[in-house]
Amino acid sequence: MTIKLKVWKQKNANSSGHLENYTVDHVSPDMSFLEMFDVLNEQLVQDNKEPIAFDHDCREGICGMCSMYINGQPHGPLKGVTTCQLHMRSFKDGDTIVVEPWRASAFPVIKDLVVDRTAMDRVIASGGFVSVNTGNAQDANNLPIGKDKADMAFAAAACIGCGACVAACKNASAMLFVSAKVSQLALLPQGQPEREVRALNMVAQMDSEGFGACTNTGACAAECPKEISLDNIARLNREFLGASISSQEL
Amino acid sequence: MSWITKTLTSSIGKKLLMALTGLFLCTFLVVHLIGNLQLFKNDGGYAFNNYAVFMTTFPLIKIVSYVNYALILFHAFWGLYITYKNRQSRPIGYAVVRNSSSVFSRNMAVMGTILLVYLVVHMSDFWYRYHNEHLPYVQYTEQVSTGQISTTYLDDSYTQEVKKIETFNEEAGTRTVIVKDLYGVVSYSFQNILLVLFYVLAMFAVSFHLIHGFQSAFQTLGWSHPKYTPLVKNIGVWIFAILIPIGYAAMPIYFYFIK
Repeated sequence: MTIKLKVWKQKNANSSGHLENYTVDHVSPDMSFLEMFDVLNEQLVQDNKEPIAFDHDCREGICGMCSMYINGQPHGPLKGVTTCQLHMRSFKDGDTIVVEPWRASAFPVIKDLVVDRTAMDRVIASGGFVSVNTGNAQDANNLPIGKDKADMAFAAAACIGCGACVAACKNASAMLFVSAKVSQLALLPQGQPEREVRALNMVAQMDSEGFGACTNTGACAAECPKEISLDNIARLNREFLGASISSQEL
Repeated sequence: MSWITKTLTSSIGKKLLMALTGLFLCTFLVVHLIGNLQLFKNDGGYAFNNYAVFMTTFPLIKIVSYVNYALILFHAFWGLYITYKNRQSRPIGYAVVRNSSSVFSRNMAVMGTILLVYLVVHMSDFWYRYHNEHLPYVQYTEQVSTGQISTTYLDDSYTQEVKKIETFNEEAGTRTVIVKDLYGVVSYSFQNILLVLFYVLAMFAVSFHLIHGFQSAFQTLGWSHPKYTPLVKNIGVWIFAILIPIGYAAMPIYFYFIK
């Protein structure tokens, strides 16, 4: 296959970028999208040109590092997969593919397709944790948890924090991410001690990072590689509004 | 900052205000439609004109109506403010976008702005004229025993201090009512095809706004549940986005084509 690419090139956070044209020959349909970029970068290095900077790590869809906005969709056209799990068989020979970085004021571009997603880390640091007792781990059966609750918490915990929800949302809202991180703990007994403070702090941090507000369009859940449900956003609304009313903090 | 301000100015709190005011306006749509269905009564406007007097004089209704106007303005401008702030969260847009959300959900502010323009036109068409302009009066004489109503259009120069003069003639068994003929104004206004078209198109905007808006308000309130969410979505689509706009659109169409 021959693939034509239009890729966002940007030197650093302060410079303005542009879309640059590339052509990649001898692309195998079995290559992942990132492997196609590896081939292109090898070629660029051989030609004494600057390779394209992009984020990647595990390449098996669980780390949340890869972050390409491919033909108008985060992680490309396939449902429920990350860019690293997208293969070139999803495209046709001669296709032109436009690749852009996540766009959000909270995600400044570092270089080319690499954006700074530490805003999400700061949201987690503001409350996305549980208090852990020291000593031996207690017997798992000491904490009865309903199967339905455990399943919901687990589904929320599948969020890998890649930021595709922010990239897909017309408001660059991080509500799906934050709601998954609040839900996975609010649903379980271990998450109860910080339950109210967590919802309040994480929403406050989310707002101060400059993410937009939620319009309930559902674009986030539709594009999420882990198919996190919109129900989590409703739960976050409940958690936040409930905590605002009932918490002791003035 | 007090906890109330902090809550209501957070991203979720801002949406809470949109949801609560939006749902209040939805109840207004229901009440306004039911009241205005009296336009379809073939009584020369007897029921409708009496209803107009009641709605503009009964103190409780007057309070609620001014609250309603205030909330419409709040909902509109708060919504535009949130939209403006949300735009700032993505200063540089994408070159290519393939949307996976509904066109209705992405254009709430556009539909809302159309509706705001519509409301200005609508209020100046009827509300402003009813309150501030000299409208012709109409006299209804109702035969109380049979309910038969005879209508007399009073001379254009006729005017009265109060909104409604009601007299009884015990001997003849009749009730006579003199009121402003708002029904006549409505009927006359909707002979203009451009106004009819504008009103009908505006009802499409209502429909598109509420297809997303009604269920979105419940989601913002945290009301998401496998048992009740399907019901909420059905009410939003079938009642608020289809039935109610059709009911409203039927009024200009009725006066233009049938009346």
